[in-house]
This record gives sequence, structure tokens and C-alpha cells, in this order.
Amino acid sequence: MANAASAHAHDGHHVKRYGGLMDWLTTVDHKKIGILYLLAGAFFFIVGGIEAMLIRLQLMAPGLDVVSAQHYNEIITMHGTTMIFLAAMPILFGFINAILPLQIGARDVAFPFVNALGFWLFLFGGILLNISWFVGEVPDAGWTAYVPLSGEQFSVHRGVDFFLMGLQIAGFGSLIGAINFLVTIINMRAPGMSFMRMPLFTWTAFIASALILFAFPAFTIGLVLLTFDRLFSGNIFDPNMGGNIVLWQHIFWIFGHPEVYILILPAFGIISEVIPTFAKKRLFGYSTMVFAIILIGFLGFMVWVHHMFTTGLGPVANALFAVATMLIAVPTGIKVFNWLFTMWGGQIRFNTANLFAIGFVPTFVMGGVTGVMLAVPPADFQFHDSYFVVAHFHYVIVGGIVLGLFAGLFYWFPKMFGRSLDETLGKWIFWLFLIGFHLTFFIQHFLGMLGMPRRVYTYLDESQNPGWGWMNALSTSGAFLMSIATILLLVNIVITMKKPKTAPADPWDGLGRTLEWTIASPAPEYNFAQTPIVRGIDAWWKEKMDGKTAMTPAEPLGPIHMPSPSILPIIMSFGLFVAAVGFMYSDVLNGYYVAIGGLAITLFCMFLRSVYDDHGFHLDPTEEEGVQS
Amino acid sequence: MMQLFKGKRIFLLFAAFAVLLSGCSLEASPLNPKGLQGKEQLDLMILSLVIMTLVVIVVYVIAVYVLVKYRARKGDNSIPKQVEGNHKLEITWTVIPLILLTILAVPTIGYSFKHDQNLSNDPDAVKVKVTAHQFWWEFSYPELGIETSQDLVMPVGKDISFEMTSVDVMHSFWIPAIGGKKDTNPGLISYFHLRPLEVGVFKGKCAELCGPSHALMDFKAVVLSQEDFDAWVADMKEPTSISGDVATGEAIFKANCIQCHAIQPEARSPVAPHLNGFADRERVGSILEMNEDNIKDWIRDPQSIKPGSLMPGFGEGTSLELSEEELNQLTKYLLQLK
Repeated sequence: MANAASAHAHDGHHVKRYGGLMDWLTTVDHKKIGILYLLAGAFFFIVGGIEAMLIRLQLMAPGLDVVSAQHYNEIITMHGTTMIFLAAMPILFGFINAILPLQIGARDVAFPFVNALGFWLFLFGGILLNISWFVGEVPDAGWTAYVPLSGEQFSVHRGVDFFLMGLQIAGFGSLIGAINFLVTIINMRAPGMSFMRMPLFTWTAFIASALILFAFPAFTIGLVLLTFDRLFSGNIFDPNMGGNIVLWQHIFWIFGHPEVYILILPAFGIISEVIPTFAKKRLFGYSTMVFAIILIGFLGFMVWVHHMFTTGLGPVANALFAVATMLIAVPTGIKVFNWLFTMWGGQIRFNTANLFAIGFVPTFVMGGVTGVMLAVPPADFQFHDSYFVVAHFHYVIVGGIVLGLFAGLFYWFPKMFGRSLDETLGKWIFWLFLIGFHLTFFIQHFLGMLGMPRRVYTYLDESQNPGWGWMNALSTSGAFLMSIATILLLVNIVITMKKPKTAPADPWDGLGRTLEWTIASPAPEYNFAQTPIVRGIDAWWKEKMDGKTAMTPAEPLGPIHMPSPSILPIIMSFGLFVAAVGFMYSDVLNGYYVAIGGLAITLFCMFLRSVYDDHGFHLDPTEEEGVQS
Repeated sequence: MMQLFKGKRIFLLFAAFAVLLSGCSLEASPLNPKGLQGKEQLDLMILSLVIMTLVVIVVYVIAVYVLVKYRARKGDNSIPKQVEGNHKLEITWTVIPLILLTILAVPTIGYSFKHDQNLSNDPDAVKVKVTAHQFWWEFSYPELGIETSQDLVMPVGKDISFEMTSVDVMHSFWIPAIGGKKDTNPGLISYFHLRPLEVGVFKGKCAELCGPSHALMDFKAVVLSQEDFDAWVADMKEPTSISGDVATGEAIFKANCIQCHAIQPEARSPVAPHLNGFADRERVGSILEMNEDNIKDWIRDPQSIKPGSLMPGFGEGTSLELSEEELNQLTKYLLQLK
């Protein structure tokens, strides 16, 4: 690292490079940013998990007082917000960052600086949101923040302001991150990698990024409007001033429904990588799978009203959106059957990564079928806002996304860190988590159908609600198993990180199919010493089957241009953080000077970035000892 | 709608499981509905469940078969055939779900329209205006000239047309045993209707997060026979008849309570629950058993029972403190409000 601190330059540009902590704060390397996303996402996943355990403890028996009613509402709001925006999305962004450029044979993403900025914006947004716990004014209107409960009149403390500002900043990060992924995939694929030769994970990252591009602006606008209502008495959602509360629901769900697909599509992508690898077979029906992703992404924008069947939009809207919602089951079903038939005729290995992927399929199917049941508006009149819905979306998000994430973690861990996670411990984690999951959430379908509404901080005793007590206790017991599994996963990661980096380039017994398995584990800073030529789907597998031991290079060995590290992204994000605090506390601060100061920091960094040309520097893979660390 | 009845056998299994789950007998709930809409909604749930169970069984059977048959065997290092896909198979699992969904979509659309009618101009329907408050329910019967709260009294077998709104935040009106819910939106009016089919007292719930006491924003749906309902109407329309010596209690009520709580049949009570017929209500504060002690506990400190309740406490140390004797007198009076 020491001799890397000065520029290793062929063209005379001197670029300051850092070591240690400064390396991580200034990095624009997609692999390091991916690790940062994973670390931050894991941290928030634990925070959200602790919130989940408090919820389950409070509901373990009727009439408990583990937390107060007010605190309970804060906890459910933060649990949902944290898990969606600060855990699931960043962890997926982490995998996309770490793996996507490797899968398409690229040396980096299209906009490394923007990529770093996206991470720091997310992190500062997440920190701002969670500072609310220390201030003692926590968002308490649910992760959907329905007005007027989240408005100025009924939520008088600053909790919802933290929600609005935190998500606004984190949302910018997601949006620019997605634009970066889109441009990377469109422009930086290795020669020969046509769109219809891209690995499925890359495809899902591509479609999910497109969904972010169209869905997040709606959310941004919604947050701005509600911010105006709360900070500047905007009256946009105030019915007493001619505002309309249903407008917020439309804006929220026009974003909120695609958001679910933004999360699940990359999980589909992970499953579509892991299952073929460990079945030793190519993905069954590749083009249908691609078509199904695109169709799901498109239909994802056409169904938001199914979150609003009980709002009173009338039977025409309800019926139309019901049919649109049911249609999504068709491409999703295609994917499930194609996964099953990928394994058909293969040689399935049951290592931990594949166990999670195999466990995903039946679990996700259960979440999918309850989704179709919820799509029937008259039946939804009963299901809506009951525990049936809670069971449904946890089957999709935990049974779908989280199992997918765990599969991806075990699968790509050697590529990211050079070491494979412990398999014995891994299998314990899988079974504990899967059993705990079904124990927790299966019974909740029945609680919902017995009439238990969601978001209730307590319920009356057996005389009023026969059976609810033991059903909730069972649910809570499952949550403990999931907690133990999560703790074991952390233990596994810690003991694995203490081992030496011994993972080979293609660590899964040479079963790797895509380009990330052609380079060292972990990948060198420039990824590919020579850009490979891609000759078909599963490019690496194809070469191996033709008896080759390496990809055919598309260029001679030579110096590789790299982007310079920069401290500006973190400062820009910090500026927006300061601005947000300034806006929220303008009443205490007697004015907007802090807010303006914060914005000035960000704008000044943007100015600096614009006027200083960044020529980057060059690495020479032939003398890589000196530059790599 | 023939297909609605094919699923009865699976339903029996399903209901048996639910009975098992709920401990003993299956109480009135969406699974054991006592209203027309609830029954039809249950039919739809069963239809969708039958279709979906079919799908789940197919997936699971294939999954188990594949996992057992095609598990990797020790020492087998051959490379399986790399199958690209199979158009016939893929068309099969596109078309069959489409057919299944069409079977589901037809009754779905039919009942979506049926359950979303506006019966507010139907002369045969009983009209009820529902106004939701943090954290209680106001019910008025404009055609009958009755104002009340917390207990929603309905005649059995008749269409009840609800005209609903909220004065503060969003709530959602739900009687699980009679039929599905609808939101009450501030600034907007939503129309809704139910037809209870059995006499009894059923739980009513708020289903939309509305603040700290969302969990406790209950009401009771009291379904009466037509004669009992008529008697209730006549009783409610009579000015409150006070018997016994409760003059002291009445004075305390007039000094402390009547600013918010109306008791006259036709007077609206927009701030706090109407107390006409209070003594006949099922519950105190919608959640506690109706008895003297609970009434006194509620008056002393409503927030300890329903966090965020807007009613001030009258217990020891409060600015509005009532002595134990005053509370006794007041409670005695309240229990006369029939």
C-alpha cells in the first residue's frame, strides 16, 4: 500500500492514492464500493432485525407492555423503512456493484465517481433517519407515511421530517446509482457480449435500474410535496384546505409497487445464477426468462392501485387493477418452472448457496400465490391491512429477497473476499433460518383471516380473541430461530475473514459459468488484465467445454486507465446531510443559513469536480506487484 | 358461478385447520362469516385458494422429484446435457396459468362491482353515517334521527348503507365477521354496504394505522332481529329516562361532561362519543368490560387505557379532579343512560 500512495503513472499525471481508512473514504473502485454497501446494509439489517424482535416480543402475548403504543408505532415504521431502503436495497446494490462489471467483462462502472457518491448519499440518508432515535422524535406514521397522520397537524414532532429528509437523500443515491448501472450495462460490455448473452443477474440489475429510473422520481416528488406541507405549511395534502389525501397514496404506490420489483428482480437474478451453476446445466429457457423479467418490470408499473382497493376508488379501477395484478403471476410462474426445469436432468449439489436458492423457490411461490389471492378486490376487502398481508409480503421479501441475498452472499463471497464461507455452519444457518421463517410467518396468514389487523401494538385477551395468544407466541418463537441464524451468519463471516485468502479463481469446483469466475479471487483492481472476447451465453463455461483454460483476449496486455480516488463524494453527501438538518431545525436556528451552508458545501464540491480535469492514472498489469494491494 | 362451490371439500379441510388453530370453536370471523358480503368474499377466497393450492402442489411435486432424482452422485463427473429450453413446455406453463387466472378473474370482476355499489339511494336500505375519530366511532341514522357511537346497531337481513368519512386522520371501517372493509378518508366520503345475516354481537375494528391507540379503536356491531331493532330505535328516540336518585350524578355530568358528550337523541356529538344508551353498550371505551369499576378507571385516566385519547383525566392530581364519591355518583348516573 505504501508504494501505491504515489502515482504509478505512465503518462506523467500524478494522482494521490491513499491507504487504510482514507482508501475506503475516497475509493471509486466498484468492488470496494460494493463491500461498503454490504457492510452498511448488514449494519442496518441488524438494526431492522432488532426492531423486528421488539415487535415480536411485544405481540408474544395479549396486553403486553414491552414497548409503549407510541414506541411501537415508531418501531414498525423504522423496521419497514430500514429493511426496505437501508438493508435490502443497499445489499442488492452491493452485489450489483461487486459483480455486475465482472459479469460483463468491464474494468469498472461507467461513472465511478457517481457510484461512490451514490453510496455516500445512501449512508448519510440512513444515518440521518436513524439519528431520530437519539433525538427521541422518531417517524411513527408507518413506512407508507399516509397523510394526514404523517402531516403537520397529527405528527407534531420531527419524526416524519427525519423520514422525509433521510429518504430524500438516500433516494438520490439510489437514483444516480441506477443511472450508473444502466450506462455501464449499455456501454461497457466486453466484445461479443450482446444483450442476449448477458448473464441473468446482469439482466435483472438492468431492469431493476430502469425501474428505479422511472419509480424514484415519483417518490422524490412525493417527499418534496410532503416536506412542503410539513416545513412550509404547504396544504397540498390537507383536506381542510382543499388538499387531497388520496393523492399521497397514489404517488407513494406508483413508486412503492415498482420498488418491490426493484428488490425482487435482482434476487431472481441471483437465483438464476446459483441454480444453473450447481445443477451443472445452462439456464432453461434463457430468452423466456429475459422476456419474463421485462414483462414483470413493465407490469410492475400497472398495478399500484391494488394497494388501495379499500380506498374507495370504485369498482372499475379495482377490477382493472385486479386483472393487471393477476397477469404478473404469468411471467413469475414461467420463471419458477424454468428454474425447476433447469435442475431437471442436472446434477444438483446441495451446498449452502444452492440450499438457499432451492429454498427460495417453494417459499417464494407461497408468497406469490397469496399475492394472487390478494389481487381479488372483494377478498382483499377482508385481507387488506390484516396480518394476512403481513404474512404475504414477508413471504415475498424475506422468503424471496433475503433468501436470494443469502444465496448470493455464499455464492460470491469467495469472489469478493478470496475466502469461502464455512459450509457446515452455513447449512445450520440455512435450516434455522428457513424453519424459523416459516414458523414466524405461516401462522400469520391465519391470524389475518381471524381478523387481526396489522400495525396493532397489542390485542385483547382470549375472551375477545380466542386463539390469538398462542398463534402469536408461535410466531415469536420462529423469530428467535431467525435471529440465531443471523447471529451464526455473522460468526461465520468473522471466522472466515480470519482465514487466509486461498480461494481459486473458479472456486466452486470449476463449475463457474460466467466471466467473474475467469479472474482471481478477489478480483484485481483493474478486473481484467485483458478484456475477454465473449462467444456465447455462459461465456466461461463455453470456453471450458471447448477445452480452453482461459478466455480469448480481445486486446494485448498494456497499461490500464483507472479513475482517480476522490474525497468529494463523501463531502458532497455530508453537505446535503447538513442542509437537511438545517431545513428541519430552521425554527430553532432562526433561519435557513445552516441549510444554505450545507447546500453550498455540496454545490462547491460540484463546482470543484467540474473545473478540475480528472485524467486518472494508469496501472500496468505486467508489473502488478507494485500497484496492487 | 358454479366454480365457487367446487372448493367446499378443500374448504372443510381448511376450516378444520383453522378450528384447530383457534383452539376450540371457530368464532365469527372472515373464515366463519355472518354476513352476505363476508360469505361471498369467503367463496372468492376459497376459489382463489383452490386454484393456488393446485399450482403450489404442482410446483412442489416437480421440485421434490427433481431434487431427489437429479441430485449429484458421488464420482459422477459427466457433464449433463445443456438444454436450451423447450417451447412446448414453456407455452404450456404460460397458457395454463392464463386459463386458471381467467377462471378467477370472471367472478372477481363480478363481485368487485357487486360489493362496491352505492346503496345510499336505495329506499330499502338502512342508512348509517359513519364518522371516524381518533380513536372512536360515531354512528348516525339520518332517516331515523338517531345519534350514537361505539355500538353499531343493525337489523338482521337488511342492506345497511354506510356513508363514511373521518374528521382527523384516515381510518378503516371493518367488521371482520360480516364483510370486508373500507377506508374512511378525511375530506372525502366513501360509500359502503353490508348485509348481516345472523343476530349477534361482532367485533368491529379500525384497520388503518391512525395513531397510538389504533390497536384499541374497536367498536361492536350489534345485529338485532327486526322487532328488537325497532324497539331499540324507539328506545333511543325517547329522551333519556332517568330513574332512581341520580340527581347528584346528573349535576356532575352537566358540570364536567356535557360540553363534549351529548346525550339527547338527536343532538350531534362531534367531539366525543355520544352517550345516549351508554348503559346498554357492550364495552367501556370500546375495549373494557362494561362495569362500574371500569367506568371509573376510564374517567380517572383514559390515556392509561387508550394512549393518545383526547379525553382529559379526572383522577387524583388532575386539574379536573373528581372525588371518589363524585365518581361513584357520576357512574351511577351514567349507568342510567339507557
